[in-house]
Amino acid sequence: MESKKLLEIKDLKVSFYTPAGEVKAVDGISYDLNEHEVMGIVGESGSGKSVEAYSIIGLLQDPGKVIGGSIRFDGEDILAYTPDQMRQFRGNKVSMIFQNPMTCLNPVYTIGDQLMEALTCHNKNVSKKEAWDRAVEMLELVGINNAEKRMKQYPHEFSGGMRQRAMIAMALICSPKLLIADEPTTALDVTIQAQILELMKDIQKKTGMAIVFITHNLGVVAEVCDRVSVMYAGHIVEQGSVSDIFYRPAHPYTKGLLRSMPRVDELEHERLIPIEGTPVDLLDPPAGCAFGPRCEHCMKVCLKKPRPLWRWETTAILRPAGCT
Amino acid sequence: MFGYILKRIGVAFLTILLIMVITFLLMNAIPGSPFLTEKSTPEMIARANAKYGLDKPLIVQLGNYILNYLKGDLGTSLKMQEGTAVTKIIFQEGKFALSFRLGVCAVIVAVIIGIPLGCLAAYNRGKWIDSVLRVITTLGVAVPSFVLCALLLIFLGVKLNWVPVISGSLGTFKSYIAPVLGLSFYPMCYIAKLTRTSMLDAINQDYIRTARAKGLKTRVIIFKHALRNSMIPVITYLGPMTAGIVTGGFVVEQTFQIPGLGKYFISSILNRDYPIIMATTVVLATLVILMNLVVDIAYKLVDPRISLTKKGEN
Repeated sequence: MESKKLLEIKDLKVSFYTPAGEVKAVDGISYDLNEHEVMGIVGESGSGKSVEAYSIIGLLQDPGKVIGGSIRFDGEDILAYTPDQMRQFRGNKVSMIFQNPMTCLNPVYTIGDQLMEALTCHNKNVSKKEAWDRAVEMLELVGINNAEKRMKQYPHEFSGGMRQRAMIAMALICSPKLLIADEPTTALDVTIQAQILELMKDIQKKTGMAIVFITHNLGVVAEVCDRVSVMYAGHIVEQGSVSDIFYRPAHPYTKGLLRSMPRVDELEHERLIPIEGTPVDLLDPPAGCAFGPRCEHCMKVCLKKPRPLWRWETTAILRPAGCT
Repeated sequence: MFGYILKRIGVAFLTILLIMVITFLLMNAIPGSPFLTEKSTPEMIARANAKYGLDKPLIVQLGNYILNYLKGDLGTSLKMQEGTAVTKIIFQEGKFALSFRLGVCAVIVAVIIGIPLGCLAAYNRGKWIDSVLRVITTLGVAVPSFVLCALLLIFLGVKLNWVPVISGSLGTFKSYIAPVLGLSFYPMCYIAKLTRTSMLDAINQDYIRTARAKGLKTRVIIFKHALRNSMIPVITYLGPMTAGIVTGGFVVEQTFQIPGLGKYFISSILNRDYPIIMATTVVLATLVILMNLVVDIAYKLVDPRISLTKKGEN
């Protein structure tokens, strides 16, 4: 099935200018996302996953800055948007849900107020009644019972899972084409995680929106994503379909990640193999491959020359050359 | 809610009684007598003391005062307007009303200007506008009221001749300008500082990021989402401050020659006019207590998570 490209990111570079120097949080990543597709972005803390997502939706805060590359959404260059265009783009065409639902809703306004606001700020001519109805409809869609009553409640009257549902309802109220989910299940307990994932999959099928799913949980990726990008130290080290990444990982980092994850089908008492070492200091990244110092297959050339370029194996899979 | 307010009124009443006792004892600890003048002889003083019951033991005086207070009688002035009922002096002769009018204007100015200035500073944190505001607000908090009032008097009143030098009983709009500025500058700067601090805390919260992700306008984010969450410290300060200001700023009333309660209060202490000291203190205490109740209710209005009564009930 040939689908239209929704999001094209080319050689995106984001740096944070701190007193200690430039931190290259995202250092030249590229990927495309088709309509209706779910892309997982995995990586450990500080690998640049969230920064990359924030730059798509224009939420990068000082001292973070996009210093190179392009982001095209539906053919439009969003880095060229004026602040006002960007504001209208946010929440309307792309929306975002966050890691900690406990703190992401404003404690002093009702859920209904916050939901309706997300709709009315992009559609000025929606009446209060219509906004209310739409908000109730969204709450029902995300599986909140008694939606009419829940509309009048405050976030502290909701549980964590319920708040994340409300966040999802809020993000989807303008029917965006793309949802960025920044570790939406990390702060929830496991049973609720499963419910939220199920809900997201379900809604994705119903609405057909695309999702960029940021997580460090490989299990979650396997559950919801079509394709996966593995990020390390501001680079995408490997990209491919879920089955490629899980069954035929090519990059030593991806292999390491998979080895460090417990599996149901493995013998009990088998030890997990961690990835040795710590992530590189992004203030002073090494000249060669960023993963080089931790890589068990590291050769001299890896530490000197920049990481080799991508090589296409099949039309859908990106693999790094040189270190397979 | 109703029970809660009843309970608060009961507590308030006890507090006022306690304040009376303390004020009464402190007041009597000051040496001197209301009847002490260059011409008075010990016999005259003793006679006057006997007339007003000041010769009785302190505990009896206090008991009498409280009993009279419960009947609504705050006593009569001993010296400043000898023989006139204190309630009449404070409430009917317009002293309280004058201070109250001036105070309310000052509070309104302080809030209306102070809060937006704080928001502005927080939003432009680290930029020149923040630095300028920081200098101004620090000055405002640091400069003593009498210096500011004198400056206002000299520049606005004398040099520019925009406002009358003597504001008197605030008959014209112009006569308000200088005293209101003088009275509101300190609280305005303090409110701006408080707002800036708690606003900075609020705009780094996750729900502000959510609000931005929704695509709301900056104005809405700051004034709707961040401001309401940063109002608690400001409200806390506003309560007692309002009570203090509406009962009269002594320096301002003295500088601009406004015959208000603040000025009268200080004169009453200097003159040892005991019933007036007591009455003004009680009025101030009542206002502070009342404002604290208003503040607690305002907390609940601003933040629905706050419960006025016991934990868990609403």
